[in-house]
Amino acid sequence: MSNLIEGFLGKSVEGKKSRMPAKLDYWQSATGLFLALFMWGHMFFVSSILVSKDFMYSVTKMFEGISFIKGGNPFLVSIAVAIVITIIVIHAGLGMRKFPSNFRQYQAFRTHMSMIKHEDTTLWFIQAFTGFAMFFLASAHLFIMLTKPETIGPFGSADRMISGWMWPIYLLLLLAVEFHGSIGLYRLCVKWGWFEGDNAKETRVKLKKVKWAITIFFLVLGLATLAAYMKIGLEHRDQAGQRYEPTAMVKHMNNLSKVENTEISLNFSGIHFQKKGA
Amino acid sequence: MGRMITIKALKYNPNSKVSKAHFAKYELEETDGMTLFVALTKIREELDHDLSFDFVCRAGICGSCGMMVNGTPKLACRTLTKDYEDGVIQLMPMPAFKLIKDLSVNTGEWMDGMSKRVESWIHSNEEPDYSKLERPIEPDVADAVFEIDRCVECGICVAACGTKLMRPDFVGAVGLNRVARFEADPHDQRSDEDFYELVGDDNGVFGCMSLLACEDNCPKHLPLQSKIAYMRRKLVALR
Repeated sequence: MSNLIEGFLGKSVEGKKSRMPAKLDYWQSATGLFLALFMWGHMFFVSSILVSKDFMYSVTKMFEGISFIKGGNPFLVSIAVAIVITIIVIHAGLGMRKFPSNFRQYQAFRTHMSMIKHEDTTLWFIQAFTGFAMFFLASAHLFIMLTKPETIGPFGSADRMISGWMWPIYLLLLLAVEFHGSIGLYRLCVKWGWFEGDNAKETRVKLKKVKWAITIFFLVLGLATLAAYMKIGLEHRDQAGQRYEPTAMVKHMNNLSKVENTEISLNFSGIHFQKKGA
Repeated sequence: MGRMITIKALKYNPNSKVSKAHFAKYELEETDGMTLFVALTKIREELDHDLSFDFVCRAGICGSCGMMVNGTPKLACRTLTKDYEDGVIQLMPMPAFKLIKDLSVNTGEWMDGMSKRVESWIHSNEEPDYSKLERPIEPDVADAVFEIDRCVECGICVAACGTKLMRPDFVGAVGLNRVARFEADPHDQRSDEDFYELVGDDNGVFGCMSLLACEDNCPKHLPLQSKIAYMRRKLVALR
């Protein structure tokens, strides 16, 4: 009954305001922080292709749980993707509360932005715009990752770029993610007063520099990574769909003096060996 | 002889049925240390007696002469014309406030509403005894309160705020700063729960999108960024 009255009046029976706006503000920031940091990790993992195809293959296998499942299972990736999708949906839902919601709001903001030429005001618009773009760009990527996690790999990912014609989406998604994420992290710091210290103004100047350094670093890394996958995709165009076989194999003598192939994979504690077919 | 400067001012009377908004162009000679206030006074005296703009103190104290100068809200009395290298200055009234005429807006009415909305006065159960000295407070605490009490209600933080321009019910940095001022004041016995009732919603502190044009344009250099972040942390922590 109280929900009906509160929904109708906009305040509780005791005449109190809902705590929900505070929770929504908190969770918008919390999900944004998670996603921004996740994208840092994600970028390092996908950029493993810049080291070698074998290294990228090893990273892929690591996420398929090769250290505890024989041969790895791509379904683990689907689970991780499902979690990320859930967080994105929550973040997008909370974030879109801030969008201009009618023409007059949009018009007023754009006019103000063009008049005042204030960096953080413009950055907010870029953040909102890239956020909106990611509703579509990220969805395309995530649905493929959710349903075809087994195709992630040096050839599979590269074929997706060229033969699957996904490179334009990935290029736009890269730009959107890096601008949205780095602006978002900066805004989180000023919004909640993180790292403020004794001189908030000085800190903000430093935060802004760090923000731009992060944007540039991840854009350069991302573009180089995208180019690497596109190059492989072009070279591999005629064999598109063919899975990658790791080349870095070592010979391993077991107790029975049989020679077996051993895959090299990586886990968090470093390189370890797993017997193929063991 | 000083250089010639051009001032383009938006002229519009919303109360007139025949008034059409347009930019009037004035050319005048720049004098030493000329402020926009001086230039506008000269225009009104010599070029256009009909031009409306606000001022009182002429010294950046009263906060009456806020206007959009080349798109940025500033106090006309503290803005030097020589800082505009090309000598062309466009003036518009501050948005978000009720337009009276030309460059003159009614900030007072809005500020009055804001003061009532955030209950901008000391709330205390103690019966004041005017025959006795007020209860002393620590000098550091008093300094902190006075620091944020320097606000002159010029409206520049409101006119600079993209959030406020999109959402007219947003309380603005001046309102959130005012809440922080009473929160810091030991004379005020209001709890965080009480402040939540005033600004704990999307028109209050949770509506602020941290664009920080308030902080960057405040002529009194008030720590608006820190105070809004502080109130946000306080009110989000409530259970």
